[in-house]
Amino acid sequence: MGLLHPKATFPLSLVFLFLFFLMASAEEEFLEELLLKPLPDRKVLAHFHFQNEAPLAAHSFARHHHLFPKSISQLVKKFHIKTMELSFTQGRWNYERWGGFDPISSHNAKPPGVELWAVFDVPQHQVDASWKNLTHSLSGLFCASINFLESSTSYSAPEWAFQSALGSLRYGTLPREAVCTENLTPWLKLLPCRDKAGLSSLMDRPSIYRSFYHSQRLHLAMPTAASNGSKSGIILEQALTVVLQPDNQKAGIDHVSTKIQPSWSLSSIFGRKISGRCVVAKLSNIYLHVERGPVTQLENLQKKTSKIAANDTGPEDYRRNSVFELSVTPERVHTELEKSSSSLYEYSIKDYKDIEQFDLGLTWKHPVVWSSPHAPLFASRFLMGSGNERGAIAISLKSTEVTEGLAAANNVEERCKLQVNVLQIVPWYVKVYYHTLQLLVDERPQVLTDFVERMRVSPSEDKVSPGVMELVLQFPCEMKSAVLSIEFDKGFLHIDEYPPDANQGFDIPSAIISFPDYHAGLQFLDKSQSKSPLLSKLQERSPVLSYTEVLLVPLTTPDFSMPYNVITITCTVFALYFGSLLNVLRRRVGEEERLLKNKEAKKGVFFRRLLTNVSAKLRGRPSESPLPPPSSSSLFVNSKLIFRVLIVAGIAVAWQYYSQ
Amino acid sequence: MEGMGANQNNSAKPRARPIVRLGIFLISHSNIVSVVCFTAGVVALLLLPILAKNTYISENALMPGSANNMLSTHHVTDANKFIKDLTDMEFRSGASPMERRKLMAHYMSALDAEVTFHKFYPQFNQFHPLHFFTGPNSDIISENATCSSFGINTVGIIRAPRGDGKEAIVLVTPYNPNKVGMGEALSLGIAYSVFALLSRVTWLAKDIVWLVADSQYGEYSAVAAWLREYQAPAFRRVDIVNSETCNESSTFNEFGQGLCVDGKLNGGFRRAGTMAAALVIKVAEQGNQYEDSLNIYAEASNGQMPNLDLINIVNYLAVHKQGLRIKVKKMWSLLGSKWLKTLGVIFESLGQIARSLNPQWKFGIPATEYVEGAATLASSLYYQGLGVPTGPHGAFRDYQVDAITLEISPKVSLTKMIRRNEFILRGGRLIEGVIRSINNLLEKFHQSFFLYLLTSPSKFVSVGVYMISFALLVAPLPIVAAYLHSDASDSVPQNTSAEVDANHKSWKWLNSARKVLVVHIWGVVVSLFPFFLCQVPNTTPTTNFVLWGLLSAYSLPILYLILGSPIFEAVASRHEKNTWASLKSVTITTTFIGLSLMSVINFATAEIGALLIVPICLLARPLKLDTQARSWRTLLRASCNLMLGFIGFPPVAFVLLKGAFEDFYGINVGDYWNWLESLWAWNSATYLYIAVVHLPCWALCIHILFHPC
Repeated sequence: MGLLHPKATFPLSLVFLFLFFLMASAEEEFLEELLLKPLPDRKVLAHFHFQNEAPLAAHSFARHHHLFPKSISQLVKKFHIKTMELSFTQGRWNYERWGGFDPISSHNAKPPGVELWAVFDVPQHQVDASWKNLTHSLSGLFCASINFLESSTSYSAPEWAFQSALGSLRYGTLPREAVCTENLTPWLKLLPCRDKAGLSSLMDRPSIYRSFYHSQRLHLAMPTAASNGSKSGIILEQALTVVLQPDNQKAGIDHVSTKIQPSWSLSSIFGRKISGRCVVAKLSNIYLHVERGPVTQLENLQKKTSKIAANDTGPEDYRRNSVFELSVTPERVHTELEKSSSSLYEYSIKDYKDIEQFDLGLTWKHPVVWSSPHAPLFASRFLMGSGNERGAIAISLKSTEVTEGLAAANNVEERCKLQVNVLQIVPWYVKVYYHTLQLLVDERPQVLTDFVERMRVSPSEDKVSPGVMELVLQFPCEMKSAVLSIEFDKGFLHIDEYPPDANQGFDIPSAIISFPDYHAGLQFLDKSQSKSPLLSKLQERSPVLSYTEVLLVPLTTPDFSMPYNVITITCTVFALYFGSLLNVLRRRVGEEERLLKNKEAKKGVFFRRLLTNVSAKLRGRPSESPLPPPSSSSLFVNSKLIFRVLIVAGIAVAWQYYSQ
Repeated sequence: MEGMGANQNNSAKPRARPIVRLGIFLISHSNIVSVVCFTAGVVALLLLPILAKNTYISENALMPGSANNMLSTHHVTDANKFIKDLTDMEFRSGASPMERRKLMAHYMSALDAEVTFHKFYPQFNQFHPLHFFTGPNSDIISENATCSSFGINTVGIIRAPRGDGKEAIVLVTPYNPNKVGMGEALSLGIAYSVFALLSRVTWLAKDIVWLVADSQYGEYSAVAAWLREYQAPAFRRVDIVNSETCNESSTFNEFGQGLCVDGKLNGGFRRAGTMAAALVIKVAEQGNQYEDSLNIYAEASNGQMPNLDLINIVNYLAVHKQGLRIKVKKMWSLLGSKWLKTLGVIFESLGQIARSLNPQWKFGIPATEYVEGAATLASSLYYQGLGVPTGPHGAFRDYQVDAITLEISPKVSLTKMIRRNEFILRGGRLIEGVIRSINNLLEKFHQSFFLYLLTSPSKFVSVGVYMISFALLVAPLPIVAAYLHSDASDSVPQNTSAEVDANHKSWKWLNSARKVLVVHIWGVVVSLFPFFLCQVPNTTPTTNFVLWGLLSAYSLPILYLILGSPIFEAVASRHEKNTWASLKSVTITTTFIGLSLMSVINFATAEIGALLIVPICLLARPLKLDTQARSWRTLLRASCNLMLGFIGFPPVAFVLLKGAFEDFYGINVGDYWNWLESLWAWNSATYLYIAVVHLPCWALCIHILFHPC
């Protein structure tokens, strides 16, 4: 890969190599893009998107590639992967503030930890084996404990609530997986320029890991050619989504008084500037996405001032307006089809000199308050109950402004319905009783069958498989809130299934709530078919998807010194049992009674006989005549005993003497 | 029964097994054994302050104080501004409680916190006879909740920037929006300064919830209502809320909408994962004269305590970092008592002697320390035994969340600004340190003790030590019971045939058991009377108490007539002589069982109860027999019995205990009723203990005292 480090001393060889590359891999492509978006709560979203395409040529696939990472193509070839997505996430996506109704959030908002799903192109009985092998391979590739997904208790096969009609899908999450640089480095190694050049050179580790949300994603897809239905190539998408707080000293102090959003630039949020594009990248673009809120406010402001200014909106006008000011003039501006909607500023990266570097900055001039578009229903999930015995999981869905608008709009027409798909996977140690599933709509208990369109439940099997519940619900649009609750018992783990130290509890992975009727996608006015995969991603009509919180279930944690106690008490019980059993076996009751009768006959007192009988029973000794107590022997015993005591005392004294 | 027989013909027999011999020996010397055990038990109890160990941070992950405090004067200035805004509203005309809540919400949301209001109807304490031991139930909605009486908690939540949101730490500041005291305003200020800091820090791993509990209907009920909504919400709509008569609710809704401008405020209830720990912050109105101090309240319902590590962190940070003087409750009346001082001196000199013999024996502590320790221990025992939580933190323990109340009391009045700043800085840094420690914790609080008594803020007695004294106190009971049983069966006249004899034995035992059972059923009935008395309107505590007493007194003979019909009476009456012994033996056995059960539920109650009931159980003997004997020993015993019987009567015991802890002034009969009312309202198992174990056992002992032999 010498061409990655072109040396100025061999320009000829560089040119030669470059030409060679262009000829040989006419179809292997690499595109890099970065989307920046100011968020309503004074933060900035940065979304890196790298796309790598390779043709599925039979002779060279997974054997020789110019740009496409060989390790990934080998994975694809070996495990017959149709589609795969792996994400490492730290932090939570704030659906309320950062939005839940745009392509970024429905594709890139992921549950904390690791999420992996894959669709295989193998016969049904080989899917599990492929999955297991895949987890191990990925585990090695990404320095993460993805191999824990190998166990059948940790993955499941949702059929239609998650990614519909994909066939043999396997889905698994590791909510506890910590994400750090050692996961990012192998991910960057898949890029042709790594983080040495191009947009990825912005990835300064401290600033990326200081972010409020950090999600690195790897998506593999095999698009089928429209003509013959065969697979045409393989597309590897790598996306890194971070939510950063612009480091603004002034705003930190008097944040209460100022309403102006903090201004930022690439160098202030990442601590680096872009010095040039990745040489092998076919496309290297930066986009700035300004949401509907600020754009509307800008237009309102401009209406007031439009009397003075001429109504031409040249690029300079985009750069400098009354709400914000950009440090670089955009090359192109895409605006959405609808009136007063979000706009996208496009910059393409050229090769810069050492002094001149690309540094996009945004300075706010006017206080703007807006909110990101929300998903139709705001989902949150929580645990109910306390104690170590039982509890309940509740998923609450609250209507947002989207559905409120819908209810108002569709008032006249036929009853409008809102479809919600719920996928809930619970580990086996949370024993869910599916018959206790309750649905409350607008705080009134409702019959489940009135709202459930489809339902699929596969109950968990102890230590074998997790429980999966897939629901398709149809709610009326005017609904304000709905709560789904389901009760569970907490199971007991085997002693070696507990983590080695005392633990805070066990996780229930996020539930996935999706709205198949709603499509998050931006429609840009610009008709020119851009080659940018990020733009097409943004325009793609994909269903809105949101993840709920991860839950923590405290299970009964045994006292691990307990085995010792159990051993002790069991031994005691056994000793007592065997002692008494031997006693019973050894004793001859008939003989005993005969002797006693003889004795009592001599004395002739009935009461005495009774008492001795009872006392003999209690003592468990045959009450035979005292045969062997000659005084000499007892004396002998006594002297022996005294002798022993003396020896022990002597040893003790000696020990005491010598130890000091 | 065998013991006596065995003693008689021991000589003829081979030696029994040692364990049996030991048992027989103990039973036959039950008098001495019980005296020795009881004295040893009392001595062990008195020795506890000496045996107390120093507390230590058991969980290494907590690392209190290892990070530098980040709370700066900026935050204090912000907090001061907040306090000023809050207190200035007092003087402004037309400042409603709602305005104050709005102000708080505004300040919270300015810190990027998620703010919600939680509206609740306070639950008035009611007697639910079957709700002891059951967990908090969401279905209980008190019928007398009206529209006008509701409270609104203000809740702010900071989400940890990179956390996964599985766990949360809760800060609680009780606050009455109708009447703002300086103390409450300051506690809000301290919490605000910490909250302001935590909204900016990057190290946060757990979400922070700040609950400003609306304390106009009591601090506890506000916190409990919020917790109920958090942990066990009733999704069903309460019909009271929606009835047309409630105008307040609509204004509340309006108000909720009004704040929804910037998209941060959402009307719904917010949650933040499993609670790891909770801190209740209060500032005392009047300070003590000497220095800033910190009071820790930890007792929750039924004597449950938070993990000792939580107290340890607070103690460590307050003493070593913030220089606060830390206190736990003490029994002030014990501090000045002469006998305790003498005892302390004796123990001290014993310790000195021991040290002179071997310098490594260090068990003596100075007499003053001993007295302090004993006073703290006594109050620790008393408040655990009472089973009533000592603050709003008690509500958390019902959901297995460790919580304590920190009451910071300033040196001087806090009107002076400079002094106030320093006070807020100290308090805030303490809270910051504690939160930072808990934030470090990857596990539940599990490492340190849950069962302990405090003898000073930095000294504790663990369960392994303090249960010795209880074990010694109750150990004589089964021995004496066995002795009495064998004694009673042995002294049956021996002129009848074997079968009849055996029959007599079993009959007699059953007769006594039946009697004891009837009395215990009576105890249960007595415990249920207050439920009916509560239904009677317009009664004073005194009349209630008198009514209760009368009902109880009358119900005993009635129950006895119904249940205790003399089936075996005719046979039993022939051996009237020994019935008291058999009765006493059964009584003692049930006392033993009752105390042992109680020690599992609430140890402190069992300990105090054992001190009261065990002597009379051991000593009880018909007065008639004692007076007939007319030796000084029997007379002494009779008078002792009478005195113990008097002390054992629950109302008398209450008055004595109350006198010992508070003072005798102004105690009237109604107080006992009030006290019991508070016990059952808090679902304290102590109430059940008094009614079902203590009262019947006491009644049986009195019955034995006046037995017609």
